Amino acid sequence: MKSLTGKAKVLDNPKMTFLERIYLPAIIGGITITLRHLFKRKTTIRYPEQKRTFSPVWRGMHVLKRDDNGAERCTACGLCAVACPAEAITMTAAERKPGEEKLYREEKYAATYEINMLRCIFCGLCEEACPKEAIFLTDRLVSTDYARDGFIYGKDKLVEPVDNRVDVSKRQSPKVLEFKKIKHLRHNR
Amino acid sequence: MTSFFIYKAILVVVVFGIMLLAAMYSTYLERKVAAFIQDRVGPNRAGPFGILQPLADGIKMFMKEEIIPEVANKTLFIVGPCIAMLTAIMAGVVIPWGGELVINGVPYVLQIIDFDFGLLYVFGVVSLGVYGIMIGGWASNNKFSLFGAIRASAQMISYEIAMGISIIALIMMTGTLSLREIVEFQAGGTGGTWNFWNVVYQPLGFLLFLVCAFAECNRTPFDLPESETELVGGYHTEYSSMKLGFYLFAEYINMFISSAVISTLYFGGTNFPFMNDLGLSQNAITILGTLAFFIKIGFFVFFYMWIRWTLPRFRYDQLMYLGWRVLIPLAIANVAITGLVMILTDRV
Repeated sequence: MKSLTGKAKVLDNPKMTFLERIYLPAIIGGITITLRHLFKRKTTIRYPEQKRTFSPVWRGMHVLKRDDNGAERCTACGLCAVACPAEAITMTAAERKPGEEKLYREEKYAATYEINMLRCIFCGLCEEACPKEAIFLTDRLVSTDYARDGFIYGKDKLVEPVDNRVDVSKRQSPKVLEFKKIKHLRHNR
Repeated sequence: MTSFFIYKAILVVVVFGIMLLAAMYSTYLERKVAAFIQDRVGPNRAGPFGILQPLADGIKMFMKEEIIPEVANKTLFIVGPCIAMLTAIMAGVVIPWGGELVINGVPYVLQIIDFDFGLLYVFGVVSLGVYGIMIGGWASNNKFSLFGAIRASAQMISYEIAMGISIIALIMMTGTLSLREIVEFQAGGTGGTWNFWNVVYQPLGFLLFLVCAFAECNRTPFDLPESETELVGGYHTEYSSMKLGFYLFAEYINMFISSAVISTLYFGGTNFPFMNDLGLSQNAITILGTLAFFIKIGFFVFFYMWIRWTLPRFRYDQLMYLGWRVLIPLAIANVAITGLVMILTDRV
């Protein structure tokens, strides 16, 4: 009988032949297969010593960028928090005092800036929303922790150190930057 | 007389140490072989290539909390793993680990005791091993443990019959039960005459013995007593800490011993090809022979693991079918054929 989809398989349970019943040929076949695997190249990546290269579009832990003079770019406008679909970002704004021009680029800055890494889905919408090129997702991993509190990353973990800049050019390649300049695209407004 | 005791004492300690060491490193080897067969690398953190892994495991086992269930029979719960370990180690007494070592003109045989009924002794001790599993499984007062124990005893009893009958053909050929004499029977290249290993004369007997040895050691494809997918852990479900370690250890020692017995009975034991044609001194031959023996044992231990990571477990009815309706008739047929050939070739 033909089935409607034509995908049905007719199963029958034929009696095993003598060679099948004495198991030995099948066992020898099996052990030759496992023996071949014994000498195959191992696919394991020995993690701490050996690291798998990330895909160029990998979105990992965030960074809050500084500008060329070492001042924080973020002005605490809150667009990233609004854009965030997981509501992972919170911040409080503060006004820059005279003499702090070296620390903060604009007159307003983020006094606190927290991302809950357990909520974050690493979609990258904060990066797209940011008008100041301040937040980027990098190819760094969010490490594990024993407590939930440890996953709320403050400015101490997010802002890049002055002397140890984080490279974001992997995803922000010249092509991407060029694309971002096309302001009539709704995407880039 | 005292020197005799000292030499025996040293031998006992060395054999005991080697068996424990072999069991320890079998666990390491098992994990490595499993990993390699599955294209992984296995333990590689403790020491170079992970060779300190057994030590780490041992320390972990000792440090673990010891749990004796409230409803368990406390005495038997402790006796179980002790019996398993004891019977596993006892079988090493009669294995001929090497030939004669002549030091200062005094011959020292590298075998603890040479019974004339050595083979029977091995069988007796190995079949006692089921008591360790039975008692442990029963004393746990847990249905999974009891299932495991019952499976183990039924399986061991069924396969011991086939094993015993398969060995009868070999005994008919060699005419002795002493393991040392069986080894000497297979000595290769003695003065121009060739004695082949017994596996050449008894291929079917070897195959039957091998299958039964797998069943006796509770190794895959016959690991029904502890089948973790069905019985949690089988007879050692309730065990923790070093008592669990003893059961696992006993299994690996059993593997080691049965590999030694297989190589003794069918693969020439301490004999190696051309051993008497190379013109080596007696001591050199003995040492090389012991080395060859351990290589053979190592191969069979590896073979156990190789099979484990290749074949799936039998269903229980398949297991019983294979034991009673395939292996036992084959073993009897093997005895009959061996007898017939011996009469026809005048080797009685």
